[in-house]
Amino acid sequence: MPPIFSMLQTTAELGLINALVVLSLFLSYTMLGVCDLSTDGCFTLGAVTGAVVAISGHPYLAIPAAMCAGMLSGLITATLQTRMGVNSLLAGIIVNTGLYSINLLITNNKAQLNMIKTPTVFTQLRALIGPSPLGIYTTLFIALAAVALVIVFLSLFLRTRMGLSIRATGNNPDMVRASSIDPRVTTTVGLVISGAITALSGCLLAQSQKSVDVNIGSGMVTVALASLLIGGTFAGRGKIPLRAIGAVIGSLIFQLVYTVALRLKMPGFMLKLVSAVIVVIAISAPYLRSQFPALKRRFAHARKRGDC
Amino acid sequence: MLELSHLSKTFNPGTVNAKLALDDLSLSVADGDFISIIGANGAGKSTLFNAICGSFMTDTGSIVLDGKDVTLMPEHQRARSIGRLFQDPMRGTAPGMSIEENLALAAGHGGWLSPISRSDRKLFREKLALLGMGLEDRMQQPVGLLSGGQRQALTLMMATINPPKLLLLDEHTAALDPATAEKVLDLTMRIVSEQKLTCLMITHNMASALELGSRTIMMDRGRIIYDVAGEQRKALTVSDLLDRFREASGKALDNDRMLLT
Repeated sequence: MPPIFSMLQTTAELGLINALVVLSLFLSYTMLGVCDLSTDGCFTLGAVTGAVVAISGHPYLAIPAAMCAGMLSGLITATLQTRMGVNSLLAGIIVNTGLYSINLLITNNKAQLNMIKTPTVFTQLRALIGPSPLGIYTTLFIALAAVALVIVFLSLFLRTRMGLSIRATGNNPDMVRASSIDPRVTTTVGLVISGAITALSGCLLAQSQKSVDVNIGSGMVTVALASLLIGGTFAGRGKIPLRAIGAVIGSLIFQLVYTVALRLKMPGFMLKLVSAVIVVIAISAPYLRSQFPALKRRFAHARKRGDC
Repeated sequence: MLELSHLSKTFNPGTVNAKLALDDLSLSVADGDFISIIGANGAGKSTLFNAICGSFMTDTGSIVLDGKDVTLMPEHQRARSIGRLFQDPMRGTAPGMSIEENLALAAGHGGWLSPISRSDRKLFREKLALLGMGLEDRMQQPVGLLSGGQRQALTLMMATINPPKLLLLDEHTAALDPATAEKVLDLTMRIVSEQKLTCLMITHNMASALELGSRTIMMDRGRIIYDVAGEQRKALTVSDLLDRFREASGKALDNDRMLLT
Protein backbone atom coordinates (compact mmCIF):
# COMPACT_ATOMS: atom_id res chain seq x y z
CA MET A 1 0.00 0.00 0.00
CA PRO A 2 1.38 3.45 -0.84
CA PRO A 3 2.41 5.36 2.30
CA ILE A 4 -0.09 8.14 1.59
CA PHE A 5 -2.99 5.68 1.94
CA SER A 6 -1.68 4.20 5.14
CA MET A 7 -1.24 7.72 6.50
CA LEU A 8 -4.79 8.64 5.55
CA GLN A 9 -6.05 5.42 7.09
CA THR A 10 -4.35 6.16 10.41
CA THR A 11 -5.74 9.70 10.27
CA ALA A 12 -9.25 8.39 9.71
CA GLU A 13 -8.92 5.84 12.53
CA LEU A 14 -7.72 8.42 15.05
CA GLY A 15 -10.18 11.00 13.77
CA LEU A 16 -13.09 8.61 14.23
CA ILE A 17 -12.05 7.46 17.69
CA ASN A 18 -11.62 11.09 18.79
CA ALA A 19 -14.94 11.88 17.12
CA LEU A 20 -16.61 9.96 19.96
CA VAL A 21 -15.33 12.56 22.44
CA VAL A 22 -16.51 15.27 20.05
CA LEU A 23 -19.98 13.67 20.03
CA SER A 24 -19.90 13.51 23.81
CA LEU A 25 -19.17 17.25 23.91
CA PHE A 26 -21.89 17.75 21.30
CA LEU A 27 -24.28 16.42 23.93
CA SER A 28 -22.82 18.15 27.01
CA TYR A 29 -21.54 21.42 25.49
CA THR A 30 -23.80 22.13 22.51
CA MET A 31 -27.03 20.58 23.77
CA LEU A 32 -26.85 20.83 27.57
CA GLY A 33 -24.74 24.00 27.66
CA VAL A 34 -22.26 22.60 30.19
CA CYS A 35 -18.54 22.76 29.48
CA ASP A 36 -17.47 19.49 31.08
CA LEU A 37 -13.80 19.88 32.01
CA SER A 38 -13.65 16.39 33.49
CA THR A 39 -13.45 15.10 29.89
CA ASP A 40 -9.64 14.61 30.03
CA GLY A 41 -9.78 12.50 33.17
CA CYS A 42 -12.86 10.63 32.00
CA PHE A 43 -11.15 9.73 28.71
CA THR A 44 -8.15 8.35 30.60
CA LEU A 45 -10.49 6.57 33.02
CA GLY A 46 -12.11 4.77 30.09
CA ALA A 47 -8.71 3.94 28.64
CA VAL A 48 -7.22 2.48 31.82
CA THR A 49 -10.40 0.69 32.91
CA GLY A 50 -10.75 -0.88 29.47
CA ALA A 51 -7.06 -1.79 29.43
CA VAL A 52 -7.10 -3.43 32.86
CA VAL A 53 -10.21 -5.46 32.03
CA ALA A 54 -8.78 -6.46 28.64
CA ILE A 55 -5.44 -7.45 30.18
CA SER A 56 -7.32 -9.62 32.66
CA GLY A 57 -8.65 -11.51 29.62
CA HIS A 58 -12.01 -9.93 28.81
CA PRO A 59 -11.60 -7.82 25.66
CA TYR A 60 -15.36 -7.46 25.08
CA LEU A 61 -16.25 -6.79 28.70
CA ALA A 62 -13.66 -3.98 28.61
CA ILE A 63 -16.03 -1.81 26.60
CA PRO A 64 -19.07 -1.84 28.92
CA ALA A 65 -16.74 -1.66 31.93
CA ALA A 66 -15.09 1.49 30.59
CA MET A 67 -18.48 3.01 29.78
CA CYS A 68 -19.80 2.29 33.28
CA ALA A 69 -16.72 3.95 34.76
CA GLY A 70 -17.37 6.96 32.54
CA MET A 71 -21.00 7.10 33.65
CA LEU A 72 -19.92 7.09 37.27
CA SER A 73 -17.51 9.94 36.59
CA GLY A 74 -20.29 11.89 34.83
CA LEU A 75 -22.62 11.21 37.74
CA ILE A 76 -20.13 12.67 40.21
CA THR A 77 -19.49 15.77 38.07
CA ALA A 78 -23.25 16.26 37.74
CA THR A 79 -23.95 15.72 41.44
CA LEU A 80 -21.34 18.30 42.41
CA GLN A 81 -22.92 20.96 40.23
CA THR A 82 -26.60 20.19 40.65
CA ARG A 83 -26.87 19.13 44.28
CA MET A 84 -23.86 20.61 46.05
CA GLY A 85 -23.62 24.13 44.68
CA VAL A 86 -20.24 23.71 42.97
CA ASN A 87 -19.79 25.89 39.87
CA SER A 88 -20.03 23.69 36.78
CA LEU A 89 -16.53 24.50 35.45
CA LEU A 90 -15.04 23.95 38.88
CA ALA A 91 -16.91 20.66 39.28
CA GLY A 92 -15.24 19.41 36.09
CA ILE A 93 -11.78 20.53 37.21
CA ILE A 94 -12.21 18.93 40.64
CA VAL A 95 -13.36 15.61 39.18
CA ASN A 96 -10.54 15.75 36.65
CA THR A 97 -7.99 16.19 39.43
CA GLY A 98 -9.50 13.43 41.51
CA LEU A 99 -9.58 11.09 38.53
CA TYR A 100 -5.81 11.36 38.13
CA SER A 101 -5.38 9.45 41.38
CA ILE A 102 -8.23 7.08 40.57
CA ASN A 103 -6.65 6.26 37.21
CA LEU A 104 -3.32 5.45 38.85
CA LEU A 105 -5.20 3.38 41.40
CA ILE A 106 -6.75 1.39 38.55
CA THR A 107 -3.39 0.85 36.82
CA ASN A 108 -1.90 -0.13 40.18
CA ASN A 109 0.31 2.96 40.15
CA LYS A 110 1.85 2.24 36.77
CA ALA A 111 2.19 5.19 34.41
CA GLN A 112 1.88 2.88 31.41
CA LEU A 113 0.16 -0.39 30.62
CA ASN A 114 1.34 -2.53 27.76
CA MET A 115 -1.17 -4.54 25.73
CA ILE A 116 1.09 -5.89 22.95
CA LYS A 117 0.07 -9.46 23.64
CA THR A 118 -3.37 -8.71 25.03
CA PRO A 119 -6.38 -9.79 22.96
CA THR A 120 -8.48 -6.69 22.21
CA VAL A 121 -11.69 -6.17 20.27
CA PHE A 122 -9.47 -5.25 17.33
CA THR A 123 -7.33 -8.39 17.43
CA GLN A 124 -10.43 -10.53 18.00
CA LEU A 125 -12.13 -9.14 14.90
CA ARG A 126 -8.94 -9.50 12.88
CA ALA A 127 -8.73 -13.14 13.92
CA LEU A 128 -12.37 -13.57 12.94
CA ILE A 129 -11.84 -12.15 9.47
CA GLY A 130 -8.82 -14.40 8.97
CA PRO A 131 -6.09 -13.78 6.45
CA SER A 132 -8.28 -11.80 4.04
CA PRO A 133 -6.94 -8.42 2.77
CA LEU A 134 -9.74 -6.72 4.71
CA GLY A 135 -7.80 -7.43 7.91
CA ILE A 136 -5.96 -4.12 7.84
CA TYR A 137 -9.24 -2.24 8.03
CA THR A 138 -10.44 -3.71 11.34
CA THR A 139 -9.56 -0.63 13.40
CA LEU A 140 -11.23 1.63 10.88
CA PHE A 141 -14.27 -0.61 10.77
CA ILE A 142 -14.73 -0.79 14.55
CA ALA A 143 -14.19 2.96 14.98
CA LEU A 144 -16.67 3.69 12.21
CA ALA A 145 -19.23 1.32 13.71
CA ALA A 146 -18.86 2.92 17.15
CA VAL A 147 -19.27 6.42 15.71
CA ALA A 148 -22.30 5.36 13.66
CA LEU A 149 -23.93 3.72 16.69
CA VAL A 150 -23.38 6.80 18.84
CA ILE A 151 -24.79 9.09 16.12
CA VAL A 152 -27.88 6.90 15.74
CA PHE A 153 -28.29 6.73 19.51
CA LEU A 154 -27.96 10.51 19.96
CA SER A 155 -30.29 11.26 17.04
CA LEU A 156 -33.00 9.00 18.46
CA PHE A 157 -32.40 9.95 22.09
CA LEU A 158 -32.51 13.71 21.49
CA ARG A 159 -35.97 13.30 19.99
CA THR A 160 -37.42 11.68 23.11
CA ARG A 161 -39.00 13.65 25.92
CA MET A 162 -35.84 13.26 28.01
CA GLY A 163 -33.71 14.36 25.05
CA LEU A 164 -35.90 17.40 24.43
CA SER A 165 -35.69 18.25 28.13
CA ILE A 166 -31.89 18.08 27.98
CA ARG A 167 -31.84 20.40 24.98
CA ALA A 168 -34.22 22.80 26.69
CA THR A 169 -32.04 22.82 29.82
CA GLY A 170 -29.22 24.25 27.72
CA ASN A 171 -31.64 26.65 26.08
CA ASN A 172 -33.85 28.00 28.85
CA PRO A 173 -33.83 26.29 32.28
CA ASP A 174 -36.75 28.46 33.46
CA MET A 175 -38.89 26.94 30.76
CA VAL A 176 -37.83 23.43 31.82
CA ARG A 177 -38.95 24.06 35.38
CA ALA A 178 -42.19 25.57 34.10
CA SER A 179 -42.77 22.30 32.22
CA SER A 180 -42.61 20.40 35.54
CA ILE A 181 -39.18 18.93 34.76
CA ASP A 182 -36.29 19.15 37.23
CA PRO A 183 -33.29 20.60 35.34
CA ARG A 184 -31.00 18.91 37.88
CA VAL A 185 -32.20 15.54 36.61
CA THR A 186 -31.76 16.45 32.95
CA THR A 187 -28.25 17.80 33.60
CA THR A 188 -27.36 14.59 35.41
CA VAL A 189 -28.69 12.31 32.68
CA GLY A 190 -26.87 14.35 30.02
CA LEU A 191 -23.52 14.25 31.81
CA VAL A 192 -23.81 10.54 32.60
CA ILE A 193 -24.37 9.73 28.93
CA SER A 194 -21.60 12.02 27.73
CA GLY A 195 -19.26 10.43 30.31
CA ALA A 196 -20.04 6.99 28.91
CA ILE A 197 -19.26 8.11 25.34
CA THR A 198 -16.01 9.81 26.37
CA ALA A 199 -14.86 6.69 28.23
CA LEU A 200 -15.79 4.52 25.24
CA SER A 201 -13.51 6.66 23.12
CA GLY A 202 -10.64 6.29 25.59
CA CYS A 203 -11.16 2.54 25.77
CA LEU A 204 -11.07 2.15 21.97
CA LEU A 205 -7.98 4.34 21.61
CA ALA A 206 -6.10 2.35 24.24
CA GLN A 207 -7.05 -0.97 22.66
CA SER A 208 -6.18 0.15 19.14
CA GLN A 209 -2.80 1.53 20.24
CA LYS A 210 -2.08 -1.56 22.35
CA SER A 211 -0.82 0.61 25.14
CA VAL A 212 -2.12 3.17 27.54
CA ASP A 213 -0.49 6.02 29.35
CA VAL A 214 -2.11 7.81 32.31
CA ASN A 215 -1.64 11.09 30.43
CA ILE A 216 -3.42 9.81 27.33
CA GLY A 217 -6.38 12.16 27.87
CA SER A 218 -4.54 15.35 28.74
CA GLY A 219 -5.78 18.26 26.62
CA MET A 220 -8.49 16.08 25.09
CA VAL A 221 -11.25 18.55 25.95
CA THR A 222 -9.56 21.33 23.96
CA VAL A 223 -8.84 19.08 20.98
CA ALA A 224 -12.44 17.85 20.99
CA LEU A 225 -13.84 21.35 21.44
CA ALA A 226 -11.72 22.56 18.50
CA SER A 227 -13.10 19.70 16.37
CA LEU A 228 -16.66 20.43 17.51
CA LEU A 229 -16.34 24.09 16.57
CA ILE A 230 -14.77 23.24 13.20
CA GLY A 231 -17.67 20.85 12.59
CA GLY A 232 -20.14 23.53 13.65
CA THR A 233 -19.03 25.73 10.76
CA PHE A 234 -20.20 23.00 8.36
CA ALA A 235 -23.45 21.99 10.00
CA GLY A 236 -24.05 24.42 12.84
CA ARG A 237 -27.76 24.60 12.16
CA GLY A 238 -30.21 22.05 10.93
CA LYS A 239 -31.33 18.68 12.14
CA ILE A 240 -29.57 16.89 14.98
CA PRO A 241 -28.21 13.93 12.91
CA LEU A 242 -26.70 16.38 10.43
CA ARG A 243 -25.06 18.37 13.21
CA ALA A 244 -23.70 15.19 14.78
CA ILE A 245 -22.20 14.17 11.45
CA GLY A 246 -20.77 17.69 11.21
CA ALA A 247 -19.05 17.10 14.56
CA VAL A 248 -17.46 13.90 13.22
CA ILE A 249 -16.29 15.69 10.07
CA GLY A 250 -14.79 18.38 12.29
CA SER A 251 -12.82 15.71 14.11
CA LEU A 252 -11.58 14.19 10.85
CA ILE A 253 -10.51 17.59 9.53
CA PHE A 254 -8.68 18.38 12.75
CA GLN A 255 -6.86 15.07 12.60
CA LEU A 256 -6.00 15.60 8.92
CA VAL A 257 -4.58 19.07 9.57
CA TYR A 258 -2.57 17.64 12.43
CA THR A 259 -1.20 14.80 10.29
CA VAL A 260 -0.26 17.19 7.48
CA ALA A 261 1.41 19.50 9.97
CA LEU A 262 3.46 16.57 11.29
CA ARG A 263 4.50 15.71 7.72
CA LEU A 264 5.61 19.31 7.33
CA LYS A 265 7.95 18.69 10.26
CA MET A 266 5.82 20.31 12.98
CA PRO A 267 6.95 18.74 16.25
CA GLY A 268 4.26 16.50 17.77
CA PHE A 269 4.21 18.38 21.05
CA MET A 270 2.75 21.41 19.25
CA LEU A 271 -0.65 19.66 18.89
CA LYS A 272 -2.08 21.11 22.09
CA LEU A 273 -1.05 24.66 21.17
CA VAL A 274 -2.63 24.29 17.74
CA SER A 275 -5.88 23.05 19.27
CA ALA A 276 -5.86 25.85 21.84
CA VAL A 277 -5.44 28.45 19.09
CA ILE A 278 -8.24 26.87 17.02
CA VAL A 279 -10.62 27.00 19.99
CA VAL A 280 -9.75 30.64 20.66
CA ILE A 281 -10.28 31.59 17.00
CA ALA A 282 -13.54 29.67 16.69
CA ILE A 283 -15.04 31.10 19.87
CA SER A 284 -13.80 34.67 19.47
CA ALA A 285 -14.36 35.09 15.73
CA PRO A 286 -18.10 35.89 15.98
CA TYR A 287 -17.38 38.43 18.73
CA LEU A 288 -14.52 40.07 16.85
CA ARG A 289 -16.61 40.19 13.69
CA SER A 290 -19.34 42.04 15.59
CA GLN A 291 -16.75 44.56 16.80
CA PHE A 292 -15.39 45.16 13.31
CA PRO A 293 -17.83 47.94 12.18
CA ALA A 294 -17.09 49.98 15.31
CA LEU A 295 -13.35 49.54 14.78
CA LYS A 296 -13.67 50.58 11.16
CA ARG A 297 -15.58 53.69 12.10
CA ARG A 298 -13.09 54.64 14.76
CA PHE A 299 -10.27 54.14 12.28
CA ALA A 300 -11.99 56.28 9.63
CA HIS A 301 -12.65 58.95 12.22
CA ALA A 302 -9.02 59.01 13.32
CA ARG A 303 -7.85 59.27 9.71
CA LYS A 304 -10.20 62.15 8.97
CA ARG A 305 -8.93 64.03 11.98
CA GLY A 306 -5.40 63.39 10.79
CA ASP A 307 -6.22 64.96 7.42
CA CYS A 308 -7.41 68.23 8.91
CA MET B 1 -58.75 27.16 45.41
CA LEU B 2 -55.69 29.12 46.55
CA GLU B 3 -55.20 29.91 50.20
CA LEU B 4 -52.24 32.09 51.17
CA SER B 5 -51.91 32.66 54.89
CA HIS B 6 -49.45 34.95 56.64
CA LEU B 7 -46.74 34.84 53.98
CA SER B 8 -43.62 36.80 54.85
CA LYS B 9 -40.33 37.03 53.03
CA THR B 10 -37.30 39.17 53.75
CA PHE B 11 -34.54 39.31 51.16
CA ASN B 12 -30.95 39.76 52.37
CA PRO B 13 -31.92 39.49 56.05
CA GLY B 14 -29.52 41.02 58.54
CA THR B 15 -27.81 43.28 55.99
CA VAL B 16 -28.25 46.94 55.10
CA ASN B 17 -30.03 45.73 51.96
CA ALA B 18 -32.64 43.79 53.93
CA LYS B 19 -35.99 44.16 52.23
CA LEU B 20 -39.30 42.98 53.57
CA ALA B 21 -40.84 41.91 50.25
CA LEU B 22 -43.91 40.16 51.63
CA ASP B 23 -45.34 41.31 54.92
CA ASP B 24 -47.72 38.86 56.60
CA LEU B 25 -49.75 38.61 53.41
CA SER B 26 -52.93 36.56 53.35
CA LEU B 27 -55.18 36.03 50.36
CA SER B 28 -58.00 33.68 49.62
CA VAL B 29 -58.81 32.98 45.97
CA ALA B 30 -62.04 31.20 45.06
CA ASP B 31 -62.39 28.68 42.25
CA GLY B 32 -62.84 30.49 38.94
CA ASP B 33 -61.79 33.88 40.28
CA PHE B 34 -60.00 36.27 37.95
CA ILE B 35 -58.12 38.75 40.08
CA SER B 36 -56.25 41.76 38.74
CA ILE B 37 -53.36 43.02 40.85
CA ILE B 38 -52.04 46.56 40.76
CA GLY B 39 -49.45 48.39 42.80
CA ALA B 40 -46.41 50.63 42.75
CA ASN B 41 -42.92 49.56 41.70
CA GLY B 42 -41.47 47.21 44.27
CA ALA B 43 -44.82 46.61 45.97
CA GLY B 44 -44.20 42.86 45.95
CA LYS B 45 -46.49 41.80 43.10
CA SER B 46 -43.96 39.66 41.25
CA THR B 47 -42.53 38.47 44.56
CA LEU B 48 -45.98 37.21 45.45
CA PHE B 49 -46.06 35.23 42.18
CA ASN B 50 -42.55 33.89 42.84
CA ALA B 51 -43.71 32.73 46.27
CA ILE B 52 -46.76 30.98 44.81
CA CYS B 53 -44.62 29.29 42.11
CA GLY B 54 -41.93 28.28 44.56
CA SER B 55 -39.01 30.26 43.08
CA PHE B 56 -38.05 30.73 46.74
CA MET B 57 -39.42 29.44 50.00
CA THR B 58 -41.21 32.00 52.16
CA ASP B 59 -39.91 32.66 55.68
CA THR B 60 -43.30 32.09 57.27
CA GLY B 61 -46.85 31.20 56.31
CA SER B 62 -48.43 28.53 54.17
CA ILE B 63 -49.64 28.12 50.60
CA VAL B 64 -52.51 25.73 49.95
CA LEU B 65 -53.40 25.11 46.33
CA ASP B 66 -56.59 23.20 45.59
CA GLY B 67 -56.64 21.62 49.03
CA LYS B 68 -53.01 20.58 48.90
CA ASP B 69 -50.31 22.22 51.01
CA VAL B 70 -47.54 23.17 48.56
CA THR B 71 -45.54 25.41 50.91
CA LEU B 72 -42.49 23.14 50.88
CA MET B 73 -42.90 21.70 47.38
CA PRO B 74 -40.11 22.47 44.86
CA GLU B 75 -40.83 24.74 41.93
CA HIS B 76 -40.91 22.15 39.17
CA GLN B 77 -43.46 20.03 41.03
CA ARG B 78 -45.78 22.96 41.62
CA ALA B 79 -45.51 23.80 37.92
CA ARG B 80 -47.78 20.83 37.23
CA SER B 81 -50.72 22.83 38.60
CA ILE B 82 -49.52 26.38 37.92
CA GLY B 83 -49.08 28.09 34.56
CA ARG B 84 -47.16 31.34 34.44
CA LEU B 85 -46.45 34.03 31.86
CA PHE B 86 -43.80 36.70 32.30
CA GLN B 87 -43.54 40.18 30.88
CA ASP B 88 -40.48 39.09 28.88
CA PRO B 89 -41.72 36.94 25.97
CA MET B 90 -38.28 35.25 25.85
CA ARG B 91 -38.63 33.63 29.27
CA GLY B 92 -41.34 31.12 28.54
CA THR B 93 -39.91 29.32 25.50
CA ALA B 94 -36.67 27.65 24.38
CA PRO B 95 -35.49 29.69 21.35
CA GLY B 96 -33.24 27.04 19.83
CA MET B 97 -35.99 24.42 19.68
CA SER B 98 -38.87 24.14 17.26
CA ILE B 99 -42.44 25.16 18.03
CA GLU B 100 -43.59 21.56 18.25
CA GLU B 101 -40.67 20.59 20.51
CA ASN B 102 -41.54 23.43 22.87
CA LEU B 103 -45.17 22.35 22.93
CA ALA B 104 -44.19 18.72 23.46
CA LEU B 105 -42.18 19.64 26.55
CA ALA B 106 -45.06 21.66 27.94
CA ALA B 107 -47.58 18.91 27.20
CA GLY B 108 -45.36 16.23 28.76
CA HIS B 109 -47.26 13.39 27.13
CA GLY B 110 -45.85 9.86 27.08
CA GLY B 111 -42.84 8.35 28.83
CA TRP B 112 -39.37 9.79 29.12
CA LEU B 113 -38.17 7.83 26.12
CA SER B 114 -41.10 8.43 23.80
CA PRO B 115 -40.73 10.82 20.86
CA ILE B 116 -43.45 13.26 19.77
CA SER B 117 -46.36 11.12 18.63
CA ARG B 118 -48.53 11.68 15.59
CA SER B 119 -51.59 12.36 17.74
CA ASP B 120 -49.62 14.97 19.71
CA ARG B 121 -48.65 16.69 16.46
CA LYS B 122 -52.29 16.76 15.43
CA LEU B 123 -53.29 18.22 18.80
CA PHE B 124 -50.57 20.90 18.59
CA ARG B 125 -51.69 21.81 15.09
CA GLU B 126 -55.28 22.25 16.20
CA LYS B 127 -54.29 24.27 19.24
CA LEU B 128 -51.95 26.53 17.24
CA ALA B 129 -54.63 27.13 14.61
CA LEU B 130 -56.77 28.65 17.38
CA LEU B 131 -54.19 31.41 17.81
CA GLY B 132 -54.85 32.64 14.26
CA MET B 133 -51.18 33.47 13.70
CA GLY B 134 -50.33 30.82 11.11
CA LEU B 135 -47.99 29.07 13.54
CA GLU B 136 -49.58 25.70 12.73
CA ASP B 137 -47.73 25.73 9.40
CA ARG B 138 -44.38 26.58 11.01
CA MET B 139 -44.20 23.84 13.65
CA GLN B 140 -40.69 22.75 12.61
CA GLN B 141 -39.22 26.24 12.84
CA PRO B 142 -37.17 27.37 15.83
CA VAL B 143 -39.09 29.56 18.27
CA GLY B 144 -36.25 32.10 18.15
CA LEU B 145 -37.56 33.20 14.74
CA LEU B 146 -40.96 34.25 16.10
CA SER B 147 -41.92 37.80 17.06
CA GLY B 148 -42.48 38.77 20.68
CA GLY B 149 -46.26 38.59 20.32
CA GLN B 150 -46.09 35.17 18.66
CA ARG B 151 -43.78 33.89 21.37
CA GLN B 152 -46.06 35.18 24.09
CA ALA B 153 -49.09 33.58 22.41
CA LEU B 154 -47.14 30.32 22.17
CA THR B 155 -46.17 30.57 25.85
CA LEU B 156 -49.84 31.06 26.68
CA MET B 157 -50.66 27.93 24.70
CA MET B 158 -47.89 26.01 26.48
CA ALA B 159 -49.01 27.18 29.92
CA THR B 160 -52.58 26.07 29.29
CA ILE B 161 -52.14 22.97 27.11
CA ASN B 162 -52.71 20.93 30.27
CA PRO B 163 -55.29 23.18 31.98
CA PRO B 164 -53.54 24.44 35.14
CA LYS B 165 -55.35 24.91 38.43
CA LEU B 166 -53.94 28.41 38.57
CA LEU B 167 -52.75 30.76 35.84
CA LEU B 168 -50.41 33.60 36.83
CA LEU B 169 -50.01 36.48 34.37
CA ASP B 170 -47.19 38.86 35.24
CA GLU B 171 -47.78 41.91 33.00
CA HIS B 172 -47.61 39.49 30.12
CA THR B 173 -48.63 42.03 27.48
CA ALA B 174 -46.51 44.93 28.73
CA ALA B 175 -43.57 44.32 26.36
CA LEU B 176 -45.76 44.06 23.25
CA ASP B 177 -46.91 46.78 20.89
CA PRO B 178 -50.51 47.94 21.57
CA ALA B 179 -52.19 46.00 18.74
CA THR B 180 -50.35 42.76 19.58
CA ALA B 181 -50.94 43.30 23.28
CA GLU B 182 -54.65 43.52 22.64
CA LYS B 183 -54.62 40.36 20.57
CA VAL B 184 -52.69 38.40 23.20
CA LEU B 185 -54.99 39.72 25.93
CA ASP B 186 -58.07 38.67 23.91
CA LEU B 187 -56.59 35.20 23.49
CA THR B 188 -55.87 35.05 27.20
CA MET B 189 -59.41 35.97 28.13
CA ARG B 190 -60.82 33.45 25.65
CA ILE B 191 -58.70 30.59 26.97
CA VAL B 192 -59.37 31.56 30.60
CA SER B 193 -63.12 31.56 30.05
CA GLU B 194 -63.12 28.39 27.89
CA GLN B 195 -61.09 26.40 30.42
CA LYS B 196 -62.72 28.18 33.39
CA LEU B 197 -59.27 28.88 34.84
CA THR B 198 -58.57 30.55 38.13
CA CYS B 199 -56.28 33.43 37.30
CA LEU B 200 -54.21 36.17 38.91
CA MET B 201 -53.06 38.97 36.63
CA ILE B 202 -50.58 41.71 37.45
CA THR B 203 -51.21 44.72 35.25
CA HIS B 204 -50.06 48.30 34.99
CA ASN B 205 -53.15 49.21 33.02
CA MET B 206 -55.60 50.62 35.55
CA ALA B 207 -58.53 50.54 33.13
CA SER B 208 -58.11 46.88 32.26
CA ALA B 209 -57.51 46.11 35.95
CA LEU B 210 -61.04 47.25 36.60
CA GLU B 211 -62.58 46.03 33.39
CA LEU B 212 -61.24 42.46 33.28
CA GLY B 213 -62.01 39.77 35.77
CA SER B 214 -64.05 39.66 38.92
CA ARG B 215 -61.89 41.19 41.62
CA THR B 216 -59.08 43.73 41.98
CA ILE B 217 -56.44 43.93 44.68
CA MET B 218 -53.91 46.63 45.29
CA MET B 219 -50.51 45.96 46.85
CA ASP B 220 -48.04 48.18 48.63
CA ARG B 221 -44.89 47.32 50.57
CA GLY B 222 -45.58 43.62 50.57
CA ARG B 223 -49.16 43.89 51.80
CA ILE B 224 -52.59 43.92 50.23
CA ILE B 225 -53.95 47.36 50.98
CA TYR B 226 -57.18 47.25 49.03
CA ASP B 227 -59.40 44.44 47.85
CA VAL B 228 -62.57 45.04 45.90
CA ALA B 229 -65.10 42.85 44.07
CA GLY B 230 -68.72 42.69 42.94
CA GLU B 231 -71.04 45.70 42.69
CA GLN B 232 -68.66 47.96 44.54
CA ARG B 233 -65.95 47.26 41.95
CA LYS B 234 -68.28 47.89 39.03
CA ALA B 235 -68.93 51.40 40.29
CA LEU B 236 -65.21 52.25 40.55
CA THR B 237 -63.38 54.50 38.11
CA VAL B 238 -59.65 54.79 37.60
CA SER B 239 -59.51 58.02 39.59
CA ASP B 240 -61.43 56.35 42.45
CA LEU B 241 -58.79 53.65 42.41
CA LEU B 242 -55.98 56.23 42.67
CA ASP B 243 -57.80 57.89 45.58
CA ARG B 244 -58.16 54.55 47.34
CA PHE B 245 -54.46 53.98 46.92
CA ARG B 246 -53.60 57.35 48.44
CA GLU B 247 -55.95 56.73 51.38
CA ALA B 248 -54.61 53.27 52.10
CA SER B 249 -50.89 53.86 51.64
CA GLY B 250 -50.61 57.52 52.51
CA LYS B 251 -48.85 58.42 49.26
CA ALA B 252 -49.58 58.82 45.59
CA LEU B 253 -49.31 55.77 43.38
CA ASP B 254 -46.00 55.93 41.56
CA ASN B 255 -45.40 53.38 38.90
CA ASP B 256 -43.36 54.55 35.94
CA ARG B 257 -45.26 52.31 33.56
CA MET B 258 -48.73 52.92 34.94
CA LEU B 259 -51.37 53.60 32.33
CA LEU B 260 -54.14 55.69 33.79
CA THR B 261 -56.49 55.74 30.86
